[in-house]
Amino acid sequence: MKLGLKTIIAAAVAASFGGAAMADGSLTAVSWGGAYTKSQVEAYHKPFTAKTGINVVSEDYNGGIAEVKAQVEAGNVTWDIIDVELSDAVRGCDEGIFEPIDPAILPPAPDGTPATEDFLPGTLVECGVATIVWSTIFAYDKSKLPEGPTSLADFFDLEKFPGKRGLRKTPKANLEMALIADGVAPGEVYELLGTPEGIDRAFAKLDTIKDEVVWWEAGAQPPQLLADGEVVMTTAYNGRIFNAVAAEGKPFEIVWDGQVWDLDLWAIPKGAPNMDNAIEFLKFSTDTQRLADQAKWIAYGPARKSSAPLVGKYNDGKIDMGPQMPTSPDNLKTAIQNDFEFWADNQDQLNERFNAWLAG
Amino acid sequence: MSDVTADAGPSGPLLAADGTPLKKKLAQTTRQAKIRALLLTAPLVVFLLAGFVFPIGQMLWRSIHNPAFSDVLPNLAVALKTWDGGGVPGEDIFEIAVADLKQSREDRSIGRAATRVNYELPGSRSLFTSTARKVNKIDGPPYKEKLIELDKDWDDPVLWSILKRVSNDYTASFYLSAVDRKYDVNGNIVSEAEVQQIYVKLFMRTFWMSALITFLCFLLAFPVSYLLSVLPLRTSNLLMILVLLPFWTSLLVRTTAWIAMLQSEGVVNDILVTTGLVGDENRAQLIYNQTGTIIAMTHILLPFMILPLYSVMKTIPPSYMRAARSLGANSLTAFRRVYFPQTVPGIAAGTLLVFILSIGFYITPALVGGQDGQMISNLIAFHMQSSLNWSLAAALGGILLASVLILYWLYNKLVGVDNLKFG
Repeated sequence: MKLGLKTIIAAAVAASFGGAAMADGSLTAVSWGGAYTKSQVEAYHKPFTAKTGINVVSEDYNGGIAEVKAQVEAGNVTWDIIDVELSDAVRGCDEGIFEPIDPAILPPAPDGTPATEDFLPGTLVECGVATIVWSTIFAYDKSKLPEGPTSLADFFDLEKFPGKRGLRKTPKANLEMALIADGVAPGEVYELLGTPEGIDRAFAKLDTIKDEVVWWEAGAQPPQLLADGEVVMTTAYNGRIFNAVAAEGKPFEIVWDGQVWDLDLWAIPKGAPNMDNAIEFLKFSTDTQRLADQAKWIAYGPARKSSAPLVGKYNDGKIDMGPQMPTSPDNLKTAIQNDFEFWADNQDQLNERFNAWLAG
Repeated sequence: MSDVTADAGPSGPLLAADGTPLKKKLAQTTRQAKIRALLLTAPLVVFLLAGFVFPIGQMLWRSIHNPAFSDVLPNLAVALKTWDGGGVPGEDIFEIAVADLKQSREDRSIGRAATRVNYELPGSRSLFTSTARKVNKIDGPPYKEKLIELDKDWDDPVLWSILKRVSNDYTASFYLSAVDRKYDVNGNIVSEAEVQQIYVKLFMRTFWMSALITFLCFLLAFPVSYLLSVLPLRTSNLLMILVLLPFWTSLLVRTTAWIAMLQSEGVVNDILVTTGLVGDENRAQLIYNQTGTIIAMTHILLPFMILPLYSVMKTIPPSYMRAARSLGANSLTAFRRVYFPQTVPGIAAGTLLVFILSIGFYITPALVGGQDGQMISNLIAFHMQSSLNWSLAAALGGILLASVLILYWLYNKLVGVDNLKFG
């Protein structure tokens, strides 16, 4: 009854406004806020609106598929396109929350290479199209620690560098970094985390700094924590730290040792109200030029091979963006890629344990 | 024969003005009056049903009923129910499994079933999702051999015994998880590993903190209410405004105000440092922990204690105390034997209100609780919003509801609900 009535009202509303709304219309793009959303607004939203007249409404969230799952299950979807992590793109796809995206609709590279070959390996999944490669790194304030840390081991060394540490309030990336700091080779991290001993070892390492940790949740927090002097070093998304340095002149320094890199992808929720606009937007924003443009605004690597040569300098025309990317060879030496399958399998159990550990 | 109104007398039944028998007419009018009365309460009843009984019932239902597995793999679930269990099933069940997996691949729904199994067997999620991706390669028998070839985990008897368990839509495993227990492979109930245990501890903490907050509220509210009830009207009105103003202010604003007061660069710490009581290096950690939660919650819940207490104290005539004194009681005895017993209905109402409100408090511990100030409601929110394990959230909510009801029953036995006076 309730649903029936709702459908009728929706249909009536659609019928009365539909014609006008479809012609120019709008769409809601959901992303992580702060400097990252700004880079998307500059590189994607503004040119898209200029070209098509479709207005892009920007909303922020803190990741995860809970909100969109609730929208889809309640039949009341308000988001049209969402910037998600790889593990969430895969999980949401498995659960039928996201629409499958045919890679054939994506524009080819300028030289005619089809999109399926132009995108980096692993960046096109069934329900998602990657835009950037980002990374969890740790950073410190150079003005306060002139002889700063150089490795993850230093991050966990409270004797050498006393003071508070910032960590994201999730086991993801923290367990990996703890093991690397404990001397595990990056290549063996996930193998070890697959065993109970490995997990114990990671938590034991986190235990050594637990009392000094300030937990953050939103990506905009860590630069703020550093700037306020609440922490002496913190994990963060590399682009956020880069922007604090480049745009606000903060004396922060990134340590790339043991960085955990991941992808951000566009995903379209099932039943998105402006599906056609969302698909147009998806095609537009993932072409070679747009992906390269985004790198002018934030230090995240484009997911297309053909975009890499077009990446030049930061929008102030001074800083060379190449070495700032997580994918730059120097930064990749001890890096690991976030293993979405490991996290899809183990996150329920590890979240539980992480919560128990936090509350204890 | 004397009862002429009840039955047909010699002259026939007594009739009303319109000719119907009087008895029938009477029944008719009473029924109409009853219906009218019911109609008046209907909006409330509908509201209670729709806003209270139905959602709570649905929540409790969800905590024991999780059909994710049988929704996604319906034929396999039916087949497993009749399977006798033990070891790895035969070709027939594997054939059904392959067919269902293919279908789930088409519907893109395997994730739901995989998540359900993963709750019982951590780490098994990808077995389902990756098998579903590859299952279309299997085009004919032998299904068992080919499926095991895709992933050797399909040959694991533990997996199949758990699949048999989750093929039943009704389960107690979420309630078990909610008290840090689980089924082992053989279906016996065992404790979770110590490092995974959290819920019992948090329930205990929630009750303990709520009790402490209630007690602190009582300590602070009693003298204030007394003052309110005895001061002359002009002063007591001013005092009342001081109580009500925060009461009318948003919860969020008051919580944030406490952050500004108590944080390490905040007002309280600054005063302590300037007066030299505390060195600049060891500023006290007053917020983002249990202390902060208790301070902020006590402040927020204080009016719920003051108002019932005040309304009861207002009705106690001052002459009683004077009478007690004139009969020879000293002021302590007069207070203890005469005044205090009369305030009990207000205390009872206040403690009940504050305790039950604080058990379910969510925003304040989430904002100022840090790690050790979290309460069970924060974990319920976590399972609703982040981990998406709604069945577990429902089970935790169910336990919370049951324990509040039990406490209410106990309270009724001890104090008597008839004695409550809310104002």
